[in-house]
Amino acid sequence: MESEKLLEIKNLHTAFKLQNEYFDAVDGVDLTLYKNEVLAIVGESGCGKSTIANSIVGLHNKNYTKVSGEIIYNDENLVEYSEKQLNEIRGKEIGFIFQDPLASLNPLQKIGIQIEESLIYHTDFDKEQRHERMLQLLDQVGIINPKRTANQFPHQLSGGMRQRVLIAIALSCKPEIIIADEPTTALDVTIQAQILDLLTELQNEINAGIILITHDLGVVAQTSNRVAVMYAGQIVECADTIELFKNPLHPYTRSLLQSVPQADSQEELHVIQGMVPSLKYLERQGCRFAPRIPWISESEHEKNPVLHEVSKDHFVRCTCWKNFHFKDDGGSKI
Amino acid sequence: MWKTVLRRFLVMIPQLFILSIIVFALGKMMPGDPFTGLITPNIDPSAIERLREEAGLNDPIPVQYKNWMVRIFRDGDFGKSYTYKMPVTSLIGERAANTLWLSLLTLIIMYLIAVPMGIYAGRYQNSRFDKAVIVYNFISFAVPLFVFALIVLLIFGYRLGWCPTTGSVELGIEKGTLAYALSKLHYMIAPAITAAVLRTTYTVQYLRNEVIDAKNQDYVKTARSKGVPVNKIYSHHIFRNSLLPIAAFFGFQITGLLSGSVFIETIFGYSGMGELFISSICSRDYSVINALVLLFGFLTLVGSLLSDIIMSAVDPRIRIE
Repeated sequence: MESEKLLEIKNLHTAFKLQNEYFDAVDGVDLTLYKNEVLAIVGESGCGKSTIANSIVGLHNKNYTKVSGEIIYNDENLVEYSEKQLNEIRGKEIGFIFQDPLASLNPLQKIGIQIEESLIYHTDFDKEQRHERMLQLLDQVGIINPKRTANQFPHQLSGGMRQRVLIAIALSCKPEIIIADEPTTALDVTIQAQILDLLTELQNEINAGIILITHDLGVVAQTSNRVAVMYAGQIVECADTIELFKNPLHPYTRSLLQSVPQADSQEELHVIQGMVPSLKYLERQGCRFAPRIPWISESEHEKNPVLHEVSKDHFVRCTCWKNFHFKDDGGSKI
Repeated sequence: MWKTVLRRFLVMIPQLFILSIIVFALGKMMPGDPFTGLITPNIDPSAIERLREEAGLNDPIPVQYKNWMVRIFRDGDFGKSYTYKMPVTSLIGERAANTLWLSLLTLIIMYLIAVPMGIYAGRYQNSRFDKAVIVYNFISFAVPLFVFALIVLLIFGYRLGWCPTTGSVELGIEKGTLAYALSKLHYMIAPAITAAVLRTTYTVQYLRNEVIDAKNQDYVKTARSKGVPVNKIYSHHIFRNSLLPIAAFFGFQITGLLSGSVFIETIFGYSGMGELFISSICSRDYSVINALVLLFGFLTLVGSLLSDIIMSAVDPRIRIE
């Protein structure tokens, strides 16, 4: 990647307080977002993907969360920013799109007002200009009748329209970065496709960097340029999307891909054994995925697994991938 | 919307009608009648009997009810008070104004105390202020009105002498002057604050819970992600969403105030409907009792209608089209 770095996350640790003790939900994540790309973060529920997203602009409740490490944006470390400084960044430089479009809109406010709100704090537009911009945004995200929709309440819109409204909110101040936290999870499949198309289309228009958080590999394949696969608070594999789908290396990535239903296959769906360990009981030494592939001998794992660059821009954690095979697969090497 | 309001008013008519039957029947079921108290060894029983006959109390009860209703609809006449020997409407009218002013003042003081308390307790959950509010809530919920009212009377009325201990206005002040209004206010303050302080419990508790609930909602996160400052998030997003149950409780508050006025007015000797209600029950003053209960019933229905209207103004999801 030769293009410009937009956001650089270095050694990010985000810890949550559980019974007076802090546990790392994000454990030393390094991630870089370049201009003009869609970076997908995939992983199971609870692996820390949304936690990263919220850490970037400090949306966590400070009473229960500790964020350390560096999040470099414009040569400044966002982790050290005060709430006031962060408010300058939020919405203006970094836009957010959330998962549940109904819950994410204030039920008592008209759509128009909710879109105009971030313009109030980040632009010096007057009332009319804001209104103008709001209608333009609604039009941009494919709302057929912006004037009508602007005067409606969230409950009067369909799920897809609500998600479009959320995208309009995220776009309102032409941010450099858009963080989409599972933007399609609450939508049905046809609407999902529309929303993803819209996102890619808009990305080409405004040249923002998008961090797309999802657990849906289909979404990843369809929209992203680069993928980071997360497991238990760490990135286990990171590569270009095409490279990752063609040549997945880490056992977790391979298991995930194996678990995707194939239309032309009669085989039984692959299931990853075991469960994601809970934050509190997570074994922090050794390969975190090891307990879920017990048939792989311990000597295959590193003591303290780190990311290795196995080919250009393709990073894999631990060494267990080298001799990994599926359980019923007799031990063939890759 | 206006159609709905009209419809609600029309529904009130049968409700009030049923209420009037129940009230009338209950009144008649009480032992004795307005003239029982007059009986002494020196009075001629036939005189009492004559009074009863004249007042129509010897007619069959359905006939009495019919006569009462006919007079109301034909002349707007609710009858004459047996005790005060004056028309019920003018008797109640004066006291109704007293009670309504007192209730209004109580309501205002109550919300002035409860709303900031609930919101700050919710916003700074688990802070010292929040804990103090919880303790206050327990106390205000547990202490009976009459105990608290007596303590207030004792301390502020008798010991400190800050507020009058009985009555609703200073005697001998000309009606309609500023001094008259101020004096009324002076007499109202102690009962109003007493009632308000004990009525805050529900509002504070609901508001606190709602704020705690609302601040963890996704739309608050959206607002934060837009870069809205915390104070604005509270005033624009959380506050209005937290008001919903308060609006729903508004009608209930009005009802509570009216029934609470029975105690508060009796204790403070404040001449309002509540005090009149008690004394008219004691003297079996039927015409007054019936008119008062009908009025209470009507106000209660209006209160619940008001709270529906407020609800729909606050929440577009339940807006009546």
